[in-house]
Amino acid sequence: MDAIFLQILNGLDKGAAYALIALGLTLVFGTLGIVNFAHGALFMMGAFCAVTFNKLLMLSTKVEDKSVTLFKAYKEQPYLEIWFPDAGPILLDYAVPLSILMAIPVMILIGYVMERGLIKHFYKRPHAEQILVTFGLAIVLQEVIKAVFGANPIPQTAPDILAGSANVGAWFGMGENVVYPWWRLVYLLFSGLIIFAVFSFLQFTTYGMVVRAGMRDRETVGLLGINIERRFTIVFAMATVVAGLAGVMYTPILPPDYHMGMDFLVLSFVVVVVGGMGSLGGAVLAGFLLGIVQSFASMTEVKAILPGIDQIIIYLVAVIILLVLPRGLMGRAGVMDD
Amino acid sequence: MTLAKLNDTNRFLIFAAIILLMPIWMIPLGGAYPDLLQKFAIYGIFAIGFNILFGLTGYLSFGHAAFLGVGSYAAVWSFKLFTMNAIPAIIFGVLFAGLLAFIIGFLSLRRTGIYFSILTLAFAQMSYNLAYSVLTPITNGETGLQLSQQDPRIIDSMFVEAGAGLPSTNLFGLKMSGFEGFYFCAVMLILCYYISMRIFRSPFGLMLRGIKSNQNRMMYTGLNTRPYMLTAFVISGMYAGLAGSLLAVTDPLAGAERMQWTASGEVVLMTILGGVGTLAGPMLGAGLIKYFENIFSAFNNQTLTEIFSFLPDAAVEVVVPIVGLFVGSGWHLTLGLLFVVIVIFLPGGIVEGMSRLAGLFRRKDQENMNGTASPQDQPGE
Repeated sequence: MDAIFLQILNGLDKGAAYALIALGLTLVFGTLGIVNFAHGALFMMGAFCAVTFNKLLMLSTKVEDKSVTLFKAYKEQPYLEIWFPDAGPILLDYAVPLSILMAIPVMILIGYVMERGLIKHFYKRPHAEQILVTFGLAIVLQEVIKAVFGANPIPQTAPDILAGSANVGAWFGMGENVVYPWWRLVYLLFSGLIIFAVFSFLQFTTYGMVVRAGMRDRETVGLLGINIERRFTIVFAMATVVAGLAGVMYTPILPPDYHMGMDFLVLSFVVVVVGGMGSLGGAVLAGFLLGIVQSFASMTEVKAILPGIDQIIIYLVAVIILLVLPRGLMGRAGVMDD
Repeated sequence: MTLAKLNDTNRFLIFAAIILLMPIWMIPLGGAYPDLLQKFAIYGIFAIGFNILFGLTGYLSFGHAAFLGVGSYAAVWSFKLFTMNAIPAIIFGVLFAGLLAFIIGFLSLRRTGIYFSILTLAFAQMSYNLAYSVLTPITNGETGLQLSQQDPRIIDSMFVEAGAGLPSTNLFGLKMSGFEGFYFCAVMLILCYYISMRIFRSPFGLMLRGIKSNQNRMMYTGLNTRPYMLTAFVISGMYAGLAGSLLAVTDPLAGAERMQWTASGEVVLMTILGGVGTLAGPMLGAGLIKYFENIFSAFNNQTLTEIFSFLPDAAVEVVVPIVGLFVGSGWHLTLGLLFVVIVIFLPGGIVEGMSRLAGLFRRKDQENMNGTASPQDQPGE
């Protein structure tokens, strides 16, 4: 029982990342009708926002190291610690969560430029061409990041207070060995919050209502005198921000490197398709589902029976779901049927 | 301009001549060494095969690298178990790739559009992950499958004494390296081109084009489209298998990275760059990508400094680092940009670009006669 609960927990944080990326992907698909292969790259850009922010905070100068008395020694000390002896270290400690503040405007900008500059011209083009152009864009973004930050992963640390593990088992009256890193718990809550925010934005605001109407029938909404394209651009920027934030918060779990976007992209596309193209609920559901399934498949007991199952389980589940349910878990009829 | 009026025989002969004379006309381009030429031919086969599926039916498969990988593995196993002769290796490669394509195609073709793409991608990723993990006894995991002294090589051992060192691949005694290897691949390529041309012109090819323009209407006429699709998929998988086994013939080792989805993406790039649904386009795209990959990735800052040495020193210091981003290890950046530009401005690929150019000239000719120019048909989507 404990083991099963632990595996569900383990699956949830990966599933949360899948769900967030897939949410943005399917949002873009549902509104703009664009199959965006650059979405994984946006996730990566978010992660590198955190890296950049951290680097900015860590800008440092040489100061004399007083602890060495024998000779004159110098050490690097961030300006922040010099200027604000009290607040500086705390700021540095919270670099990852704070980089959200930087990531939001940066991602909005990236999303806006990308939509207006490139995606806009591909609304009417066939899906194959959309896939190809965004795939090319993803390569470009990836290579730019590689040129700037190098090819090696850059580890980021979570704030000290969240460094250890939570004894989740004790909360639910289970064994002591059900522990879960605090940061993953935070990530889970964070992604829950974002998913909730996106859904309530679409469901409970007038703006969201118009967007939903546009997803159903953009022509009619246009005929009503609403500039639906403008709203869709904003939705695209929103999807970019969601992917970016997912990337920012994921950095302490997985040190970001330039190809993390591609790694996640393939899986999140599988997630989107399994959930059903254009279905937001489906994407979130499939994200968590596949995350958990993957985590179960990597249990040693399961691997003993079916060796190698952890490597292929996601694809296997995807294949089965797609063959049994032609439109994925919650896909609507008429979307991508031809 | 006159190229469009050629009949198929002449077209084929010109193609064959261009391919066979490659070692000569590639000399001024700096690409006349066998390794590169072999790559042209092999990836040309891969792309031509991919085009039979994507170009004719419009089904975008993102899993063709799996067939390439399987072809390689089958060929290397044939070298290990039976003989170093290239012919059985190729036959095995094509057969196994065709078998895998049949299974994957049978399942994936139940869906269309992006669902089909994702299904093929999922199958290819599964093969890739399995080749890395569970199938290690067959694929030798991360190290890749290689020849060794202990291999049985049943047929070879009956005829020749095993010499010291690893034997090399051959075609009835002819060594499959250097230009002999290239000509072997080139003959295969020309053969493949011919088959693909026949398919394009056949009623079967017409049927596939019909499926591309409107599958529903094809079905309204009482036609079951799936067998046609499956045949196209298997043929294209066999082409990939042939390419994979030729890779193994020229260099007898096979690694799982050949099956990764980026490799599938590469063949899509080649086909698009050259021109989807055209006969020679994919070959052209494959050649260009492989050529630039080899030429550009060999550049480093030193060669760049030499190239730009005509500029004043200050300018060199600015230009070299900027250009340096796009060559050497940054070659993928160039590829990505090229790709974006091609898809935006020239969705029909190079072939469309050339026919547009030709159209420009023709229009000038025709203006005198009737004043109106007929719009060019776009090849592919």
